[in-house]
Amino acid sequence: MSTKTKFIILLLIFCSVAAAAFIFLSVTDIAVLNPKGMIGEKQRDLLWLATVLMLIVVIPVFLLVFGIGWKYRAENAKAKHTPDWDHSLLAECVWWGVPCAIIVVLGWFTWKGCHELDPFRPIAAKKEMKIQAVALQWKWLFIYPEQEIATVNYVQFPQETSIHFEITSDAPMNSFWIPELGGQIYAMSGMRSELYLIANGIGKYRGSSANISGKGFASMYFTAESTSHEDFEEWVQSVKRSPKTLGLNEYKRLVEPSEYHPAAFYVLGKEGLFDWIIMKYMLPMP
Amino acid sequence: MMDTTYLFGRLTLDAFKHDMIETAVGVSALLIGIAITALLTYYKKWRWLWYDWLTSVDHKKIGVMYLIVATIMLFKGVVEALMMRAQQVLSVGDSYGYLSSPHFQQIFTAHGTNMIFFVAMGLTFALINFLVPLQIGARDVAFPFLNSLSFWLFAAGAALLVISMNIGVFSSAGWVAYPPLSGIEYSPGVGVDYWIWSVQISGAGTLLSGVNFLVTILNMRCPGMTLMKMPLFIWSVLIVLVLIIFAFPILTATAGMLSLDRFFGTHFFTPDAGGSPMMYINLIWAWGHPEVYILIMPAFGIFSEIVPVFSEKRIFGYVSMVWAMGSIAFFSFLVWLHHFFTMGAGANVNAFFAFMTMIIAVPTGVKIFNWLFTMLRGKIHFTSPMLWFMGFVVIFTIGGMDGVLMAVAPVDFQVHNSLFLIAHFHSVIIGGVVFGLFSGFTYWWPKIFGFKLNEKLGEYAAFCWIFGFLLAFIPLYILGLMGATRRLDHYELSTGWRPLFIVALAGGLVIAIGIFFQLLQILVSFRDRKKNADRTGDPWNGRTLEWSTSSPPPFYNFAVIPEVQDRDAFWTMKHGSHGEGKPRYEQIHMPKSTAIGVYIGAFSFLFGFAAIWQILWLAIVGFIGIMASLIVRLSDRSTSTYVAIEEIEKIEEERGRA
Repeated sequence: MSTKTKFIILLLIFCSVAAAAFIFLSVTDIAVLNPKGMIGEKQRDLLWLATVLMLIVVIPVFLLVFGIGWKYRAENAKAKHTPDWDHSLLAECVWWGVPCAIIVVLGWFTWKGCHELDPFRPIAAKKEMKIQAVALQWKWLFIYPEQEIATVNYVQFPQETSIHFEITSDAPMNSFWIPELGGQIYAMSGMRSELYLIANGIGKYRGSSANISGKGFASMYFTAESTSHEDFEEWVQSVKRSPKTLGLNEYKRLVEPSEYHPAAFYVLGKEGLFDWIIMKYMLPMP
Repeated sequence: MMDTTYLFGRLTLDAFKHDMIETAVGVSALLIGIAITALLTYYKKWRWLWYDWLTSVDHKKIGVMYLIVATIMLFKGVVEALMMRAQQVLSVGDSYGYLSSPHFQQIFTAHGTNMIFFVAMGLTFALINFLVPLQIGARDVAFPFLNSLSFWLFAAGAALLVISMNIGVFSSAGWVAYPPLSGIEYSPGVGVDYWIWSVQISGAGTLLSGVNFLVTILNMRCPGMTLMKMPLFIWSVLIVLVLIIFAFPILTATAGMLSLDRFFGTHFFTPDAGGSPMMYINLIWAWGHPEVYILIMPAFGIFSEIVPVFSEKRIFGYVSMVWAMGSIAFFSFLVWLHHFFTMGAGANVNAFFAFMTMIIAVPTGVKIFNWLFTMLRGKIHFTSPMLWFMGFVVIFTIGGMDGVLMAVAPVDFQVHNSLFLIAHFHSVIIGGVVFGLFSGFTYWWPKIFGFKLNEKLGEYAAFCWIFGFLLAFIPLYILGLMGATRRLDHYELSTGWRPLFIVALAGGLVIAIGIFFQLLQILVSFRDRKKNADRTGDPWNGRTLEWSTSSPPPFYNFAVIPEVQDRDAFWTMKHGSHGEGKPRYEQIHMPKSTAIGVYIGAFSFLFGFAAIWQILWLAIVGFIGIMASLIVRLSDRSTSTYVAIEEIEKIEEERGRA
């Protein structure tokens, strides 16, 4: 195979895959790139900013590896050959210096982003609401302490309201993630993680666990739905008419491992259930 | 806890019951084993196998044995990968595929454990073993017996992983085995114990190798080879060894505490009774992050040897390269938290680790530019090692770029534990480590086996791997951004992920074609070994000392220990003054073969097996066996021998004639 053929094959491979990926990305609704909540939008913006900053280095690398490779191929008798040239202070300064500068800029944005998008940091919104999420084997339990209801594998909340998720686990470690609204946080036994998310409009989003938690892990997805305030109130009232009450007995039944648990709706029968679940792990063993 | 019996511990006949696939693999492995035994007996090769190979302490033969074990494990790992993708293509909506969830989870756990500990580490140690003494002008490693022991511990760990397929089950808790999932409460079976002991035993071997080769490089370089005249591959290995010595004890301690939790009911990592799983996660990544640099750094070293040779030019920015690797190693211990930004450590902690992680990108980028400038104004020969390099630059740069993306903690919240992460680390591990090793094995093959590999098939393999890789992993980047998490054995059709999983499976199959070409390449090259034989010892116009001796080298490597004037030692010799006349030989002091390494490996295997199945008497047998073997070895006064001058003259004369 001639060097020319090799270059053509390599370039064909890289360009066709890149083109296919670009086309796919531009015609498909990608959750992380097209989020429906303010937190997700800011994370997406940071993602693009970091990508653009890095392309300053990455694009020259791609051009150089093929440019230099082609020009200095052994067959090209016209190209200069300096077998002993092995140092250039200027070049070294450029490729140590420019990436350092990029990292400093990116680092500054990251520092800002880490604070602004800290999952524990409340969102400045007019309205706020608390929902407690508990990872069980293998389903998500959502407790609405203010509305005194609870749901399984389905969570509904009003749009344009800062949702304060308190998250724990009564199972192996999980990770709570609704990609269209924003980034995730771990759910751990005996720990209270917090995550603030907000939905810009009404819609249905897929949420899931992002951390392997045993046999039924794949079934740990749920529907998150943001609605208008009126619809939310109506929904709360309908759940309150549910015949099922989530007290300690019902909870103990719910904790039993199960897979692909259908959405379920409860009237909350025990005040402070969430704290009770956390405190289970704080007590000395019986 | 399961019931245990005195004789068999937890082991019952149920442990041997498996589904079709595993049974088929087990039976065919057994048949291949019987076939090999029969062939060895028929051709009366048992003595040859035992004395020339298994008990050998020759670093070159140990290197080849590492290569063989790692290659077998590579096949296992690739088949596992294809099985996972096939499941993800089939198991959508109402269909649940052909694998049960526990089986699928065992497969991805075994795949990760296998690929990191036994394939990447195994292939890396194959090259380290073969090359380090040759490149520094030494005749063997500092502690040849210890080297044999390291290999057999590695092999024992690999064997435990393999038998878990047919005796009991392997862990289904992921390759880093986070508690509480890996704790006794949620994983009461033997799976996690298989993981622990497989990793513990091979990890002990790795740590011993780390000490051994560090001493070798520091003490056994030939005259004139100062640190700054070492080949860059040796520099990369030296830095890796330091990382191994600092990092692997953390793994041993962490896995040790996990087994205490599981076996004796302690509470290091349980969420209750004062334990903390978060401590485990911190500790495992305090080992795990340096580990990924342990894997990638030798690949950097390999390319630093290959690019200059195939560009007919000195390496550009040698000093810069050394400092880059040194700083990568230093920072590799300051970034472990980026594996769990989502644990909620707080903004300042996350920001610190984010910044440390980004810093590593700088020296890594510097290395790429130095390789590119090595090519600049060179005469580049695009043989297959260089094709791997071209693939490496593109794919590794993509992997590095999204590595920095994930270092930005708030961005990581959106891609953590998604398939984006899987695509990222496969980009750097396949694009970086695996391509580097393939490039290196193609380049050093004639030195190891005495004949060159078929070039055309090597090129086909490289193209298949590069194209297959992109097909298999670019869809995973996109899937991750679409919200697909890792380790899913089932998902709903409405997610719209299926077409991308189909493309990914197709990519896996293209990689499989690449592997087929590689196998064919080895077979064809072996058939043509006379035609492709490397009689000069220097088939590529090499620059470093290993090319100054014959291919394959005599067991003592160098009849006369070379003296080094410059960085490209052999290059300088070739272009300097000749005519020293007939070399003056001296007696050569060489280590004797010993079977103790094999015995300790075997007893460690028994001990590990006993610990997994809780068979007390067998554990005692294993332990006493290890100790007795060590005592026998330590009281052996005659562990080395001298090669007489006449014998050297004879061997050298034959080499001269060839």
